[in-house]
Amino acid sequence: MTNWEPVLLANVNRPNSEKIDTYLRYGGYEALRKALKMTPDQVTAEVKTSEIRGRGGAGFPAGVKWGFMPKDAPVKYLAINTDEGEPGTFKDRLIVERDPHSILEGVIIASYAIGAHRAFVYIRGEFFLGVKRWIKAISDAYQKGFLGKNILGSGFDLDVSVHRGAGAYICGEETAMLESLEGKRGVPRTKPPFPAQKGFWGKPTLVQNCETLANIPHIILRGGKWYSSIGTEKSKGMKIFCISGHVNSPGNFELPLGTPLKEIIYEHAGGVRKGRDIKAIIPGGSSTPFLTAEKINTPMGFETLQAAGSALGTGAIIVMDETTDMVEVVRRITRFYVHESCGYCFPCRIGGQRMLSSLERLAGGKGSKQDIEDLEYVAKGIYGRTFCPMGTGMAEPVLSGLRLFRPEFEMKTAKN
Amino acid sequence: MNTKKEFKSPVGGAIVDPAKQSMMLAALYIAQEQNGYLTKEAVQQVAKRLGMTPGDVYSTASFYSLFRMKPVGRYVIQVCEGISCYLNDGAERVADYVSEKLGIKLGETTRDGMFTLETVQCLASCGTAPAMRVNDQLYENLSPAIIDDILERLMGEV
Repeated sequence: MTNWEPVLLANVNRPNSEKIDTYLRYGGYEALRKALKMTPDQVTAEVKTSEIRGRGGAGFPAGVKWGFMPKDAPVKYLAINTDEGEPGTFKDRLIVERDPHSILEGVIIASYAIGAHRAFVYIRGEFFLGVKRWIKAISDAYQKGFLGKNILGSGFDLDVSVHRGAGAYICGEETAMLESLEGKRGVPRTKPPFPAQKGFWGKPTLVQNCETLANIPHIILRGGKWYSSIGTEKSKGMKIFCISGHVNSPGNFELPLGTPLKEIIYEHAGGVRKGRDIKAIIPGGSSTPFLTAEKINTPMGFETLQAAGSALGTGAIIVMDETTDMVEVVRRITRFYVHESCGYCFPCRIGGQRMLSSLERLAGGKGSKQDIEDLEYVAKGIYGRTFCPMGTGMAEPVLSGLRLFRPEFEMKTAKN
Repeated sequence: MNTKKEFKSPVGGAIVDPAKQSMMLAALYIAQEQNGYLTKEAVQQVAKRLGMTPGDVYSTASFYSLFRMKPVGRYVIQVCEGISCYLNDGAERVADYVSEKLGIKLGETTRDGMFTLETVQCLASCGTAPAMRVNDQLYENLSPAIIDDILERLMGEV
């Protein structure tokens, strides 16, 4: 097992890790000092060199996204996505609760690079401790002169405020999040225009996940080249992998992208409980397709997981042992997406309900072969045909469940 | 054509101020604190303060699961029913255990108004499953003994 020196999680286990004094004692805000001496374009160029891709699930190159922000617009915003809600994912909560300043430093650097003077933190309503930690971190940063007017004498101004969501998974989608920030129902917007053109209050807005932003200080301090030397060809840098389910030591592990799934499960997470075999693995949060145990050597990267038939998503690994009832797993995941559908477009709203009805019959032993056919038909109908990516995320577990574990679904109909 | 019309709210006819509207979720949280749920009067008050109609406010509030339209108990117990809690003998098992202890079904409130029992979607505690929440406190790595402790302590606080 390779033991990597943690980058993002270097602070989290220190006593009082959330406090500004602790953060400063271990080199906190040094990257900000360095960035403010660079030009905004130099900062963006460094982030482009690092080749870091967004950590919120979609994996869009962050530097490219920053480059989309118009230079001549007088008013621009940064919106920070802390609306972590994808089942299996618990990394953002850890950073926000234990090391909020690492994100905040990234926020200030990113705002400086894109020329934003106002940043909005959008945090999941359920994260009570996270809300407190964000507010405390921001107010301490104001006191130390890292926020407000003329930050560290650079002439750059930035104000940051915290906004609580109120229990809607869809608000993690960037345009739905902007709607929610504006005090509306969290329904995704038509794209284009993209947020970089028309975002919050119609102004150019950069939306970035908080794990992505926590990487920025390290990229600035150690250089984009250092960052891009870690990882695989198309997946650079360190990543927090959340691992849960039937493993001996679940938790968050920070490892380079490209670390094989097998190493994460058997060496870092202590292997499968009771020495059982693996039946299925979800590699990137509940909207990513299942993998079977034979794909266990797949490196955890964007392109490698795609080649294996799944996706990196949020890097949230859920392990299911040989005793797991896959029909029940698919039913449970589907119920989540049906519950969280915003109801705006019909494939997701009605299709989701149809799938759930079939799955409930099947899981309850009352389903028929027709239910399996219906399930497949409806899932294919939803896939790629919804307004936002959630519909596809809802169809993926059903389609991959049927593809890999069809005999289990059929067994459930044996009596009928 | 009167260009001002384009900016009118579809229901109320008042021009909505985007800065005020952005305060909606924060205002609803404050309004909910009073009674634990959004009363008709609270919604009207929010609408008045934000320069919108009660209909506009209901439309937004009803989208979000953390805003309630009905009274709840002093302590709202929310059991996570996510995939990782299920794989760790949580979810329904925890909900059923609490349900039996308190003598209420899901969605119900105890007669003394102390506890309401609900299930919720993933609480981002998958690495420390099973989990549940009581008001703003998160409880992780639950076992029957831990649940007993939590409930006894809350009952003792009366």
